[in-house]
Amino acid sequence: MSGALLQVDGLRVDYSTRGRWKEVVHDISFEVPAGKVVALVGESGSGKSTVSQALIRRLPENGRITGGSIRFAGNDLVRLPERALRKIRGAQIGFVPQDPGSSLNPLMRVGEQIAETLRIHRRMPRAAAAARAVEILDEVGIPEPALRASQYPHELSGGLRQRALIGIAWACGPQFVIADEPTSALDVTVQRHVLDQLDELVQQHGTAVLLITHDLAVAADRADEIIVMYQGEIVERGATADVLNAPTHEYTRRLVAAAPGLREGRLVPQVQAGEESALFAAFRERVAAQAGSSAPSARAESILEVRGLGKTYGVRGGSFLAADDVSFAVPRGKTLSIVGESGSGKTTSARIAARLVQPDAGTILLDGEDITRATGESLRQLRRRMQVVYQNPFGSLDPRMTVERIVAEPLRSFRVGDRSSQRLLVRELLERVRLSSELADRRPGELSGGQRQRVAIARALAIGPELMILDEPVSALDVSVQEQILQLLVDLQAEFGLSYLFISHDLGVVRQISDRIVVMQKGRVVESGDAADVLGAPAHEYTRELIAAIPGSSAVSG
Amino acid sequence: MRLLRQPGFVISLLVLLLVAVAIVAPSLLSTHDPYLSVPKDRLLPPSAEYLFGTDNLGRDLYSRVVHGTALSIVSAALAVAVGVVVGGLVGLASGFLGGPVDFAIMRLVDVLVAIPGILLALIVVATLGFGPVSIGLGVGLGAAGSFARVMRSQVLRVRNEEYVEAARTLGARMPAVVFRHVLPNAARPVIAVAALELGTAILGVSALTFLGFGAPPPAPEWGALSAAGRDFIAAQPWLSIIPGLVILAVVLAVNRVARAIGGER
Repeated sequence: MSGALLQVDGLRVDYSTRGRWKEVVHDISFEVPAGKVVALVGESGSGKSTVSQALIRRLPENGRITGGSIRFAGNDLVRLPERALRKIRGAQIGFVPQDPGSSLNPLMRVGEQIAETLRIHRRMPRAAAAARAVEILDEVGIPEPALRASQYPHELSGGLRQRALIGIAWACGPQFVIADEPTSALDVTVQRHVLDQLDELVQQHGTAVLLITHDLAVAADRADEIIVMYQGEIVERGATADVLNAPTHEYTRRLVAAAPGLREGRLVPQVQAGEESALFAAFRERVAAQAGSSAPSARAESILEVRGLGKTYGVRGGSFLAADDVSFAVPRGKTLSIVGESGSGKTTSARIAARLVQPDAGTILLDGEDITRATGESLRQLRRRMQVVYQNPFGSLDPRMTVERIVAEPLRSFRVGDRSSQRLLVRELLERVRLSSELADRRPGELSGGQRQRVAIARALAIGPELMILDEPVSALDVSVQEQILQLLVDLQAEFGLSYLFISHDLGVVRQISDRIVVMQKGRVVESGDAADVLGAPAHEYTRELIAAIPGSSAVSG
Repeated sequence: MRLLRQPGFVISLLVLLLVAVAIVAPSLLSTHDPYLSVPKDRLLPPSAEYLFGTDNLGRDLYSRVVHGTALSIVSAALAVAVGVVVGGLVGLASGFLGGPVDFAIMRLVDVLVAIPGILLALIVVATLGFGPVSIGLGVGLGAAGSFARVMRSQVLRVRNEEYVEAARTLGARMPAVVFRHVLPNAARPVIAVAALELGTAILGVSALTFLGFGAPPPAPEWGALSAAGRDFIAAQPWLSIIPGLVILAVVLAVNRVARAIGGER
């Protein structure tokens, strides 16, 4: 046997759906050497999370291990009795779950939850465990650990909760930790701090880590070795630098190309060749003429301009300044991005611009016309010119409607065309966003996240708007899917002359699509300018921090 | 289907199947004319000839129960329909409009729910006159309050869903938002409650017909049948007990199937 701490040999996992068993992980073998960080990279459905769950035999009820062995510290975890396995879980193998929102018991104080692990595995007395829990919170970089230990999970931010979960994983000094997408629910800046913390623990304790992630850039920054999974099989493995610089498998090459942190500059539109019906040609002409990059000079230079926006939300025990004197202008036919972390006011500003939230102060000009006070029918008519695409493609589509009805909804609302022409246009729109028109009869529940977001884009496009407000349109998606959606947006912009107001927390995404960038922090605009200037020569400290937080940046520079 | 392996559920389904046949084509099940009295066969105990025995006028109780099904169940179904429609619309308006309107409506609903259902039904029947329709209306009004509450809570949930806001940004008018997005997505739990409420409504309707507010005799409503047997309870107890057991069986069967509709196993 080699010096590997964990050795997986020929692992196979089956899942059953409606009583039929299907193999989803096919004959996987890999090892994790002691003290190393190994990243398991793949998209949703690649089986990477299934592998991580199988390692500690924590598969969901409809999953089972059908073959192979998992050797860890002299035991085969596949065959070990449940009682013995329980001693290993938590004590020798730590687990950092994906979702800090639901992985802590909401009714237990944070300190108690860490102490619980210590009391179970170390048989520590209550008082000692409580004291040690505070120390652990301190070790994972949580400020005021004694106070935090006495708080409930909902009183902590997502980043702090994830740190607490990391604390639990490391509480008993494990030799091996499995981190399943530990940061994908977090902002990039928070992600960086949490991953730094993870690195530090690895350095201090010599723990081996299996890092599960969909983001190759994260793996590039943090891992010694990378294993790439695709459709339940390992397609590539090797030292991090080798995998990044000389990927041998086609899929890995695509992943490397898709990672936002690993590429530079704005995406270039790719022209789509293909036939189109007279109906669609007419549609495009109408949209393009309206949105018109070749617009008559009489029009305002900026499609959307906001001046001096202010918005204060009342919260318990005070008020929260969500937007303070925010001004920006979206140039016609171009993309302006607002970037900042949660609570920076970027979404509030965009929602005010979209006339979904009423501002306390400021004016909103659409094509030079003041729309700040538009209500009723005139506000409704504005929707023809200005559309919104939401962050969460799981929430923004009515689950009971078919794709066709969803995309046709704006056409029905504004009585554009009759039933049959609507049907036809919907199908062509679906093709335009690269969805098969066969999907028209499906419901959102049957689609993947990326497909849903394409449906949402097709729906926004259907009425032929000039401006699209895109609120974190890719942050709920896998990195490889993100890149496809961004490319689609760039292509549509070129074809229809659309203008975008693009909101994101991830500067790596923003730099792929933006002409102009506005950086927001705590409700204020701290920096704005041409994308190249802001990215190339950031003037504000916060912008520099955001640039440093782009995953993969250390891999590129180093 | 896992449910079909559960005897309780299968029996309940069979009971409801019998009820359905008894409503649509009672003569398929009945053995005698429910209104024909045979003086020589008065007050006979259950036998092969008369399954449930005969009443004081020599009518076959079994056939009367079968023919009474339609009257009893249709009243109950009407009650549920009234409850769902009235309560549902009130809850929809309350949840969607929100603010002071919501507050005012919900306080009225509190008052409505505070009045015992049977009392409310009695008031309605006393106002509109006796008969199966006014019983249905009365019992339904009593149930409307809880439907309004369920619907309102669902509407409050759905109203804040992103797709509802998305519909507005797509330029949908208010009625389109309410009836195309909010109502269909809020309705499912209400339907599940409606199925459960049917059992309660059957009990309510039977109670009112027992008290004599239903169709005039000789109509064989279940509650009325049970009431008619009261005078003979000492010597011929089956006259009251058997219609009571039929009501019990149907209510239990309805509840079992309703729970399955509600997503329970």
